[in-house]
Amino acid sequence: MNSAIDHATAPINQQLSSEGKISILRDIVRIRRFEQAALKQYTAGKMGGFLHLYNGQESVAVGTISLAGESDHIITAYRDHGHALAVGMSMNECMAELYGKATGCSKGKGGSMHFFAPDKNYWGGHGIVAGQTPLGAGLAYGLKYQGLKGACLCYLGDGAINQGAYHESLNLAALFDLPVIYVIENNGYSMGTSQKRSSAFKSCLAERADGYNIAWDTVNGEDVYEVRAKTQVAMERAHEESRPTVLEISTYRYYGHSVADANSKKYRSPEEIKQYQEHHDPIVLWRKRLLEEGVLTEDQASEMDKEAKAEAKDAVKFAEESPFPEPKAILEDVYYEVDQGTEAGQTGKHFFND
Amino acid sequence: MATIIEMPKLSDTMTEGTLVRWLKNPGDEIEVGMEIAEIETDKATMSMEAFDDGILHEIYVQAGEKAPLGGKLALLLEDGEEPPALGKEISSGSIPATAMEEEASTESAAATSAVGSLPGPVSGGARVKASPLARKIAAERGVNLTQIQGTGPGGRIVKRDVENAPVAGASVVTAPSSAVAAIRPTIGANDERIPLTGMRTIIAERLLASKTQIPHFYLNIDVNAAPLLAFRQQINQASEKSDNANKYTINDFILKAVVQSAVAVPDVNASFDVDAIIRFASVNVSVAVAVDEGLVTPVIRDAQDKSLLEISRSVKDLAARARAKKLAPDEFAGGTLTVSNLGAYGIDSFDAIINPPQAFIIAISSIRKTPVVDANDQIVIGQRMAIGMSCDHRVIDGAVGAQYLAEFRRLIENPALMLL
Amino acid sequence: MRTITYRQALNEALAEELERDENVVVMGEEVAEYNGAYKVTEGLWKRFGDKRVVDTPISEAGFIGMGIGASMLGVRPVMELMFWSFAYVAFDQMINNAGCVRYMSGGKIKCPIVVRGPANGGTNVGATHSHTPENFIANTPGLKVICPATAYDAKGMMKSAIRDDDPVYVMENTKLYGESGEVPEEEYTVPLGVADVKREGTDLTIVAHGRAVITALKSAELLAAEHGISAEVVDLRSIRPLDEETILTSVRKTNRVLLVDENKPFCAVNTQIATMIQEKAFDYLDAPILRLNAIDAPAIYSPPMEELQLPHPEVVIEKALAVCK
Repeated sequence: MNSAIDHATAPINQQLSSEGKISILRDIVRIRRFEQAALKQYTAGKMGGFLHLYNGQESVAVGTISLAGESDHIITAYRDHGHALAVGMSMNECMAELYGKATGCSKGKGGSMHFFAPDKNYWGGHGIVAGQTPLGAGLAYGLKYQGLKGACLCYLGDGAINQGAYHESLNLAALFDLPVIYVIENNGYSMGTSQKRSSAFKSCLAERADGYNIAWDTVNGEDVYEVRAKTQVAMERAHEESRPTVLEISTYRYYGHSVADANSKKYRSPEEIKQYQEHHDPIVLWRKRLLEEGVLTEDQASEMDKEAKAEAKDAVKFAEESPFPEPKAILEDVYYEVDQGTEAGQTGKHFFND
Repeated sequence: MATIIEMPKLSDTMTEGTLVRWLKNPGDEIEVGMEIAEIETDKATMSMEAFDDGILHEIYVQAGEKAPLGGKLALLLEDGEEPPALGKEISSGSIPATAMEEEASTESAAATSAVGSLPGPVSGGARVKASPLARKIAAERGVNLTQIQGTGPGGRIVKRDVENAPVAGASVVTAPSSAVAAIRPTIGANDERIPLTGMRTIIAERLLASKTQIPHFYLNIDVNAAPLLAFRQQINQASEKSDNANKYTINDFILKAVVQSAVAVPDVNASFDVDAIIRFASVNVSVAVAVDEGLVTPVIRDAQDKSLLEISRSVKDLAARARAKKLAPDEFAGGTLTVSNLGAYGIDSFDAIINPPQAFIIAISSIRKTPVVDANDQIVIGQRMAIGMSCDHRVIDGAVGAQYLAEFRRLIENPALMLL
Repeated sequence: MRTITYRQALNEALAEELERDENVVVMGEEVAEYNGAYKVTEGLWKRFGDKRVVDTPISEAGFIGMGIGASMLGVRPVMELMFWSFAYVAFDQMINNAGCVRYMSGGKIKCPIVVRGPANGGTNVGATHSHTPENFIANTPGLKVICPATAYDAKGMMKSAIRDDDPVYVMENTKLYGESGEVPEEEYTVPLGVADVKREGTDLTIVAHGRAVITALKSAELLAAEHGISAEVVDLRSIRPLDEETILTSVRKTNRVLLVDENKPFCAVNTQIATMIQEKAFDYLDAPILRLNAIDAPAIYSPPMEELQLPHPEVVIEKALAVCK
């Protein structure tokens, strides 16, 4: 861990304007407030299914995505609310999706694990562990195929690195020189099992990339500057050399694997959680940094937080007042050809209930 | 070799039978021709004879139970043979006789609307096996599925069977329209509800169909029976002493007259058939005979070729065998007209219901003493007999019926003419 | 009209679509330099080069998932499975990603992919190489699956599949690759969702797909010559989407149905066809619908035994006679 280096001096961070820095804080705070509002409504019974919260990991999504340009694409697993807000999706459409309403970003058809925004280069939101890793390689493949200078940021959890699909993706990425950056968000736990008990490794998880001749690095996720600096290296490798990278970003999640995770307080001690909240919380750390740099005042920071809370509250209201989808929507968005009413979509029977 | 005894076809319209009682028990030795059970068909109770030798090993259908044609009734084994491992797979389709059949409504009545509204199978397998297509065609053509022998697997009626069946043939019985709900009687605590026997069910169906589907009209005449009474007495006295001794009844003469009149007026010896009238070559007289369970109508075939003696003997024979339940299936088939005689019951006059698919029925009442006006306009004591003729107006017009009755009267009032 | 093999027909379809649309990419194991394990992609790499015809490592989940990812950006990958039996290692990508991503995004995404390859038994390659999973695919809304039986259909339907903007899975057959048929020189396509009456008849309808169609046609000839039964053979061609009307028209005409499917019986495609027919043509049936499937065990190796295991003319005729009783 290179704590001696002050990553603020990295060129990419030197280039970061005050607005940029404030924007990063704002996104981190917004994600936190959104997740808290979601949790409240989930426990009130307003949502079905699972809820995988991003509290404590915000700096990873926001930090990395702050580097994404026009031809850079993002894809992640099911802990996707943070990435969604970071790419610019609205709290309204995300909250409504959690409520299963027709105004949700997936028209209520996806749920918590499936937020998508292709217009913002955001490709979900995937439920099967590591299932998105070949897709990430594919997005990189597509960018390269189309002659675009871009990268695919493909996020996965520390538990996902043991899936076969991930290994196949690494092999393909290295073999085909794909501009994909695998971001392992290492929060120390795979569901209920600690890293040590689920993954075999030498020094760290990213080191496995060596076997595929892929460059890799480890990052302290608490430090936004470090996240940006090291991710930028990977971005340049992708853009300029069309080569992949594996980044292992250490971070922490406050809640269990999902809200349904009954053991979350059991496999970690309350003291451990409290320690992190006071000394390693991304909001606390980044806000402190900005205050130190004089970019932000306490009042502005408080105001920002208030706004975020209000935005989240409005999103809840929006979701509650929105209608559910119509029954006929169940059969829509299954086939593109059918939805478009093309000749192919009108030839032959596509649905078999009658 | 093990032999399965199956429900035989004892009547041309039979589709199932009720095992009234077994005449043999398991363990009994059975020989070909031996009577082994009594079976009630749609027409009568008949006895069933064995077609194989063997030891009666196991009975599948008990007394009181029903089985369809071909259904397994019992098992015969050869002397010393082990039973085959048939296990419980034998499905005789037996159901308790008290279960009301839905068969009537599975018939392809023109009255029922959609083909798809046929009811589901009655447990016990007494349902008519017919393919969906066959049912559809049968419904469209008004063909009665229970009248058809299926040639598909397992006796299933298939399209070719329905297409080859006569449309509205000799014994079409269309089921009562299900559109009118029956008005039920209120049953008191001391009242008895007697389930219908097979025979009563058939009688009910046939006569309801007759009344609702045949346009009846009624002709009545009152004949002078005195000449007939005298003639009969004369013949009986002579016959006593002859080689062909026979006691002739009034009914014998009436039958002869009925038959001869039909020969003279052949238009009445006919049947309505959808878009044509069938005129029969023979006069086959259905004679109504009262039996314990109700009514049966055995047929004197080719009565036009029979003498008075032959007719008389036929009637006696048929009636006796009817009461003893010994009639063969073909003895009920093919009647072209019916005579119903309630003379012995003191009835002054009545009109009978046509026995479908025939075109008329003659109702004979008792001979009664009554004042009449004679040729000299004098009131004298006469012997009169009321005759009713119920006609199917699709086949017989009033004038034709009248013509027939005129001929009938001529023969009855001049009985010697019957011998010509 | 010229006669070419089923294999050549597929090859032409791939070449024509590579030519027509620069987004089309052919991918798979041994498809490029080796010219294809079954030579379906022969000559394509030479003509179109590395970018358009891509050799992948033995990594079905990886490269098919990669293809799906690329398709979200507009690339149109045509991915080969050397055997459809290898699909199962990639099923998560093929069912959960290709099949669900459009729906879960509320219609924001489409995956215009094709996965193609031989799906068949009958070549003594053992149980794990002989699967015919069109029924699994057919059960998945969001996916399409087709089974062309002739060279003409193979070419026309492959072109339609590649142009289709939904995932289309194409089941070919190694035993059909060498079969020849008439194929026009001019451009043509065969639409998905349309069945084809391959032989007209009056007494019996035989419905089949894939190589079972060829078996059915042979059986129909024998039924006519030796039993006086005129059988109509309906080739489904497209499983999902399905052409129900062509099947029903035939059933209404003949009133008797035999469904032949090389797959094992439980939940094979012909179970869907059977229930559809009895529901929609109940009053036209003069006999129960009978099915003929592979004998219900993993594909046996022993060559004469495997031949017995799969539907073949003798058993087709036996069942046909039973239906016609």
